[in-house]
Amino acid sequence: MTDKQAKPALLFEVFIRSKRGLDHKHVGSLHAQDAEQALEYARDCYTRRSEGVSIWVVNSSDIVASQEEDAASFYDPMEDKPYRHATHYVLPDPVKNM
Amino acid sequence: MTNFKLSEPELEAAFQQRVDNEQKIEPKDWMPEGYRKNLIRQMSQHAHSEIIGMQPEGNWISRAPTLRRKIVLLAKVQDEGGHGLYLYSATETLGITRKELVDALHEGRAKYASIFNYPSLTWADVGTIGWLVDGAAIVNQITLQRTSYGPYARSMVRICKEESFHQRQGYEALMVMAQGSAQQKQMAQDSLDRWWWPSLMMFGPHDAESAHSAKSMKWKIKRNTNDELRQAFVDQTVPQAEYLGLKIPDADLKWNEARGHYDFGEIDWAEFERVINGNGLCNRQRLDHHKRVDQEGQWVRDAVAAYEDKKRARQVA
Repeated sequence: MTDKQAKPALLFEVFIRSKRGLDHKHVGSLHAQDAEQALEYARDCYTRRSEGVSIWVVNSSDIVASQEEDAASFYDPMEDKPYRHATHYVLPDPVKNM
Repeated sequence: MTNFKLSEPELEAAFQQRVDNEQKIEPKDWMPEGYRKNLIRQMSQHAHSEIIGMQPEGNWISRAPTLRRKIVLLAKVQDEGGHGLYLYSATETLGITRKELVDALHEGRAKYASIFNYPSLTWADVGTIGWLVDGAAIVNQITLQRTSYGPYARSMVRICKEESFHQRQGYEALMVMAQGSAQQKQMAQDSLDRWWWPSLMMFGPHDAESAHSAKSMKWKIKRNTNDELRQAFVDQTVPQAEYLGLKIPDADLKWNEARGHYDFGEIDWAEFERVINGNGLCNRQRLDHHKRVDQEGQWVRDAVAAYEDKKRARQVA
């Protein structure tokens, strides 16, 4: 131990692309001193069985998230709009390919 | 990360190998400059089409015949704006800015689907645009879900899911007109007469004449040729017109038993060239409108930026 105070580790969120063509998916988080280290830890921690072809790490504090309690004001206006769905339009059987 | 040891031809070979193996190319991968350029051209043209395409339909929002038609049309036009945003964002993963893309549109260096240079003269046109124009776009976009560039393919999946409502609402609106009074039916027929050929032109020139096709196919940016897609569209649309009791304005259109496809007449390529080169009925209007609205919206962007500055200044204080 040195007398120098260790910099507290930062929390990173880890996203992994399991296969080319797919989106990166959130898999979990980890502590690291910086982004580069987080990337290496993420490799060790989350891809030990070749789970991914690409990793993203993002500082957890950089994530801005909506809250479930806000759902009412956030999503309510969408609920009474069934006409945004294709199935809302009833077409006769002979009309195929739509 | 180990790529720095490879020469350009080796990189290109590895890239092509990946494409041939049906693997997607992702933003951070090495890619040939031509691939990047070709994608930027096609994807930005696609994005511009979504945005410019809001105009002919937006034209009818305030005059929709019922409240239901009005909210449906509003939702559709809103979707098109959203599709433009998905596509601009996906294009930006190629290392170009939104501003550069929009500047290219304003300066005439980037194109958009020439179909939107035709005017929407009657309410029936809103139905026809949904049925034919969105229908043609869907035929193209379904195949683009398999395009080789990951972000483009993924935005296509999302867009296709939403487009289906667009086509169905259009067809439904036309069904009402085609089954309505003689005057309504005539209006629907007139609309089909005007939009049929421009819809076929949406698929672009014949394969032999298409400037970008060969490379785009090799790189699997495009998955089917212009002529293949056009044929698929005709085949699926003819029965839909028959159901409406409307006549497609093509004397050469007939079922070819041997080919298992409809034969159809030749497109007026002189008109295609004229419109694509800026001299269609609405080219200037569409672009002027886009520029004007862009300028008129500047104060909103300024206000957002000013508010951001103010918030930041408060945090410092």
